[in-house]
Amino acid sequence: MFGRDEKVSAIRLTAVQYLILAILLILAYRLWQLQVMQSNIYASLAEKNRIRNVPILAPRGKILDREGRTIVDNYPSFSALLLRDSNRDIAADADLIAEGLHLDPNEVRARIRHFANSPQYQPIFLKEDITPDELAFIEAHRNELPELDTIMAHRRLYPRKGFMAHLIGYVGEVSEDMLNQPQFELYNPGDVVGISGVEREYNALLMGQNGSRQAVVDSHGREIGHLGETEAVPGKTLRLTVDLDLQIAAEEALGDKNGAIVAMNPQSGEILAMVSRPTFDPNDFAVHISREEWNHLVTDPEKPLLNKAIQAQLAPGSTFKIIMSLAGWEEGIAQTMHVHCSGSAEFYGRRFGCWVKTGHGDVNLEKAIYQSCDVFFYTLAEKLGIDRIAKYATMLGLGQKTGIDLPNEVSGVMPSEEWKIRNFKQKWFAGETISVGIGQGAVATTPVQLMRAIAAISTDGRLVIPHVVNPDLLPKGFVQVSRYTQVKMVPFDQNGWTYITDAMGRVLLPEGTAPSAHIPGIDIAGKTGSAQVVSLATRARFKNSDALAQNGWFVGFTPRRNPDVIVCVLFQGGEHGKLAARITTQVIKAYVDKQRRTPPKMADQAEPKGKIEMSALWTEPDENGAESKLSGGRFLIDLASKPPKLATAAPGIE
Amino acid sequence: MSRYVSFRDFDWLLLLFVLIICGLGVMEIRSATTHTKFAGAHVKQMEWVFAGVGMMFAMSLINYQALLERIHWFYIAAVGSLMGVLIFGQKYLGARRWIKMPGGNHFQPSEWVKLILILAVAKYFSEMHQRDLSWSDFMKAGAIVGVPMLMVLAQPDLGTALTYLPIALMGLFLGGLHWKQAAIVLLLGALCMPLAWHHLKDYQKARLTSFLQPDADPQGSGYQVTQSLIAVGSGGLWGGSGSQVHGAFLPVPQTDFIFAAFSEEHGFVGALVVLLLYFIVLMRLTQNAQTAPDRAGTFIVMGVVAVLSFHILVNVGMVVGFMPVTGIPLPLMSYGGSSVLFMFLALGLVMNVRMRRFVN
Repeated sequence: MFGRDEKVSAIRLTAVQYLILAILLILAYRLWQLQVMQSNIYASLAEKNRIRNVPILAPRGKILDREGRTIVDNYPSFSALLLRDSNRDIAADADLIAEGLHLDPNEVRARIRHFANSPQYQPIFLKEDITPDELAFIEAHRNELPELDTIMAHRRLYPRKGFMAHLIGYVGEVSEDMLNQPQFELYNPGDVVGISGVEREYNALLMGQNGSRQAVVDSHGREIGHLGETEAVPGKTLRLTVDLDLQIAAEEALGDKNGAIVAMNPQSGEILAMVSRPTFDPNDFAVHISREEWNHLVTDPEKPLLNKAIQAQLAPGSTFKIIMSLAGWEEGIAQTMHVHCSGSAEFYGRRFGCWVKTGHGDVNLEKAIYQSCDVFFYTLAEKLGIDRIAKYATMLGLGQKTGIDLPNEVSGVMPSEEWKIRNFKQKWFAGETISVGIGQGAVATTPVQLMRAIAAISTDGRLVIPHVVNPDLLPKGFVQVSRYTQVKMVPFDQNGWTYITDAMGRVLLPEGTAPSAHIPGIDIAGKTGSAQVVSLATRARFKNSDALAQNGWFVGFTPRRNPDVIVCVLFQGGEHGKLAARITTQVIKAYVDKQRRTPPKMADQAEPKGKIEMSALWTEPDENGAESKLSGGRFLIDLASKPPKLATAAPGIE
Repeated sequence: MSRYVSFRDFDWLLLLFVLIICGLGVMEIRSATTHTKFAGAHVKQMEWVFAGVGMMFAMSLINYQALLERIHWFYIAAVGSLMGVLIFGQKYLGARRWIKMPGGNHFQPSEWVKLILILAVAKYFSEMHQRDLSWSDFMKAGAIVGVPMLMVLAQPDLGTALTYLPIALMGLFLGGLHWKQAAIVLLLGALCMPLAWHHLKDYQKARLTSFLQPDADPQGSGYQVTQSLIAVGSGGLWGGSGSQVHGAFLPVPQTDFIFAAFSEEHGFVGALVVLLLYFIVLMRLTQNAQTAPDRAGTFIVMGVVAVLSFHILVNVGMVVGFMPVTGIPLPLMSYGGSSVLFMFLALGLVMNVRMRRFVN
């Protein structure tokens, strides 16, 4: 027996000490074995046994038109990359690498520094789409430059010559700024993401997930085997609402002129075509576009990167008179208003001129629309006042983003008394209202906004949300479908709707403002517009320089009520709306031609060839321009021996 | 009885060596985590060490006799907290080991249970009145350690559960275990092995066997052992380039494999210095155990010795390919708050005993 204070056996304590000594001696002996006796073996293993993560790049999803024709594709190309898992000082090789790959040595060094803090096993991409002789250079310098390697990548193939470039957008390496935004937070530096257009808006869908292969490499960077592989997940295909045939027609119609075209189905809001000029070729944007090239694009005064269809905010000119007409009708003023236009009128002590110097004579609402009489709308604006104008314009979506599924849309400006105070801390002057009446002054719209507002008027109040992708074809839950398909009904008086659209139907007739744009056999309604960039006096001071020429507008649709298609054309420097009208009707004709050719029943019938004779009846206004008389005639129609070919893919995409 | 207890009797020498080891650890954590997402971990580790030293002083002030008198309450609390982990714990990498604390820190109760077990075992054996260890003592001591051990095994955390075992073994050995009894227990244990093996999870089996044949599965669990051996071996006599550490080939170089990282960068000489420092600390601890005022004090200090040497054996053994990969950190060097705080609290107990060696 021993008590509480009996000491623990000293022998056993000593035994524990010896046990500890023995354990540590064994461990020390093992360390001696590993680090001294077999050190050479492990040192060479450390050299040989290097595992490198070689990325397997996922191809981005293709972009197709509404009928499944390819617009954007990928093609395989080789990229040069720099591996950093060897102990070489790669910055020292920068000059030789830059020479072989035709790069700027300072850019190479800057890139190495830029990625200095990312994990060593992640390679740095140096150049995309290297040429065969650059590939040969890398192969020939395997021993001198073991850090240089190549990888097969899928590079974006965009249509030629900037076709549809603004809508599609382009891809590029994710920037520092983007990484700080929540929607890009999951990406890594070096990832290629959509920078603009659809490529950006639907990046999450189009972008696949890169895989990787764990390659075992020796100290010279040569692969000697591999351990495992995570396969890449390709991006998903995206189908747009754009009709390639209409897009081609719109691109051709605008040609090299500055401006924009948007075509839409006014019932659904599906965008059928979108063009902006000047354009750029996204194929030139390899991941590393040189600084000079980029600066050139960004500083170009014509702003080729701007998608004017959604980003140009300009005075809508006379096209705004349609919104004025509706406001006037709904307020019960316009339908009974009669004005005598003598070529100008005085409001608030200032003389406002009409575009027809000799005057329009007696004008009612109908004539004011198809002849675009300024004095009528000055008077209407004075009677309505700015806030009532702003109320209807705002109901039709002016001064707000349309919500189109493209990045960086701008909102335009719809002035009101409250707007003036909020932005300029000044009271609204009644005189300013007069200019707004003809779409000048502070009011500014984007083409897509203007088109949407007039589409709502043409469809008896359906205010749609324009969109370039059919939400039903997207993966479930990717977007909120209602964000695309919701339609706000703007309540109109039925009579006003009929009256205004009928008046718009006369714009392309001989008595209208754009008879030269008339296309026989297609019922096109529309409205011309021409808007000053600066005041006429200022323009005269600059010797009527082309840079300050007026912008031509036209918004046209067919048929005149509940149309299938609506097209808005902005022709910058186009001086008069009738030139824009001709462009518009060309696009509408392409649409109608395609529709008429498409019905399957027609295809089954034997197609008549050569010339055929037809007779027709029509009405036309008499000398007074008021009453119409019935006329008739016979025509020889030359039928094309074969119908024009439809596109199979965007230009440059085979 | 109430003799003046003073910090003059504090084991400053022991603290000095302990802090040197911590310093080497902080240095290596810094080196291994630069350019990784863990960069800055060494600063955090330093904060843990400072906090640990503070807690050590605090722990040394509470008379260990008072702690022993209330040990049954602590024991119940320990079992309760393990139960809490099993029910409310955060599941991370397939195991429930952590409780999320307000403020975002994670607390691993299985660490501080070790302290309670050291005290509980010390209390049990110091009150045992027969010179010979009976089978009933054997069963009771086994139960004290066995219950929490099974609960930690259920988390599942095989590594930490095993660290409870040396506390019981040290108690039994110093408590007067017979050679005959030891032989019987060893035999029984050997017989139970196949049964226990059957209950292990597949990844645990893989970890236990892979160290024997690291090349069998070079990408899976054998990968860590292979990379660790390459790291240690390529360090040579004076230390090497550290390409295993900096090339991210060595897994978790700041926690479980910190000794491999240190050995690669500082060679055989550096590794030997670390082992020597641990040896000095362990010898100093055993010396404190011998000068303890009573049996309970000796058992407490030797419990700490048991845990510390077991950790060193298993961790360094793992790094040099002698032991399976069990996820046991190297005390005082590996990065991690729970582990650092446990070690300093345990040292606080040792100081507590030492400061009262002239009492009575």
